[in-house]
Amino acid sequence: MSDLKQLPLHALHAELGGKFVPFAGYEMAVQYPAGVMAEHLHTREKAGLFDVSHMGQVLLPLAADVALERLVPVDVQGLKPGRQRYGLFTAENGGVLDDLMIARRAEDLFLVVNASRKEHDIAHLAAHIEGVREVTDRALLALQGPLAETALARLAPGVTAMKFMDVAQTGWGGAELWISRSGYTGEDGFEISVPAVAADGFARALLEMEEVAPIGLGARDSLRLEAGMPLYGQDLDTDISPIEASMTWAINKMRRVGGDREGGFPGAARILSEMTNGAPRRRVGLRPEGRAPMRAGVALFAEPEGGTQIGMITSGGFGPSVGAPIAMGLIDNSIPPDAPLYGEVRGKRLPVAQTGLPFHKPDYKR
Amino acid sequence: MKFTEEHEWLRVEGDLVVVGITDHAATQLGDVVFVELPEAGDTVAKDDDIVVIESVKAASDIMAPLDGEIVEVNDALDGNPGMVNEHAMDDAWFFKMRPSDISQMDEYMDEAAYKQMIG
Repeated sequence: MSDLKQLPLHALHAELGGKFVPFAGYEMAVQYPAGVMAEHLHTREKAGLFDVSHMGQVLLPLAADVALERLVPVDVQGLKPGRQRYGLFTAENGGVLDDLMIARRAEDLFLVVNASRKEHDIAHLAAHIEGVREVTDRALLALQGPLAETALARLAPGVTAMKFMDVAQTGWGGAELWISRSGYTGEDGFEISVPAVAADGFARALLEMEEVAPIGLGARDSLRLEAGMPLYGQDLDTDISPIEASMTWAINKMRRVGGDREGGFPGAARILSEMTNGAPRRRVGLRPEGRAPMRAGVALFAEPEGGTQIGMITSGGFGPSVGAPIAMGLIDNSIPPDAPLYGEVRGKRLPVAQTGLPFHKPDYKR
Repeated sequence: MKFTEEHEWLRVEGDLVVVGITDHAATQLGDVVFVELPEAGDTVAKDDDIVVIESVKAASDIMAPLDGEIVEVNDALDGNPGMVNEHAMDDAWFFKMRPSDISQMDEYMDEAAYKQMIG
């Protein structure tokens, strides 16, 4: 474990009985004694506290909005102060280099990128933009669930005025919190960047509340899977276009064909063409008909035996709120939406139905 | 009762051996959501993978601890796989087998040795 990095709240996770696993080069808590199932359900019912300090936090000068638009199919220039948008770093071949959040604040742009891609992303940004600064002295927490607002408002009363995808800065005990109303669970909630020196006290203040329980990476994955949200490296990757990943909504209108700033991002030719003409593959929700989960890597077929592979599960497991196995996969776009499919699990083809996403409808504060 | 290094327990019941996994293993696996069992009548060889346990986290294989024939499987696990987390050592047994060489039991640990192994 010696080459794994530890995060600012490591001691707290150990005290809470966290079970550690290596993840993106860090030692992270995959679960606490309550277990993945209970943690997942607690988040859907009350409020779960996640430590996502492994993610990259990056600041850009405000004037970098024009340059940033050359890397993402996002309307960054039209992003209002105090607002955040989801974005994708696209690749020249039309694939995806990473997904990220972009917030416009009063004096800068604030980006949150995936842990596994942060070195790559920072180098990518620095190659195109002046004044890229990685924030290394802050932890990142997420408080998610229907009671997240109630809990966080006790420490930061201003959050009640925030709407989904708003960002704000506020003080807590002398520390400045950077808060966004967003998350990765399909629940209302917040992501809170807090100075590393204040993170332990802040997390404990939340965990003392009856509604709040610590949630590990295991439940983070099952929550986002139920919410139909893609995970970079599985559902999004360098060889999957955003259109194939069914993320067309993430290509902002301004950057689409006919928009004022059409194209102008890496891979625009392929991506915009696929928007018009269709993509070779599509990401779909999948419901295995039996009880056996189908996990990432399971091959998909259109026939119960024989035939060629028509796709693959990219994320899958058990959905605790759904109460059944669920999955997402990439399949040939020629397969009709109502065609029954079969996943090959341990040499056996098991029936799996295509379904819409998400499995669990989000309840955001708009 | 005997224990394998793979965290299975074996309990002799007449001329049959009942097999399950230990509380320790169930805790390590996390919430069990599906158990794929062999079929009664299957002939199995020691160390064959014959059970798959799917937890919310991952799939794990369980090996046949002895040569022999599966005579009964615990169908209750089908509708309620979570009982593995609650009653691993008794109600949540996986299968009963008729061993072809009961002396294969001798190589396995007793409870004290198993407890020492898991620390």
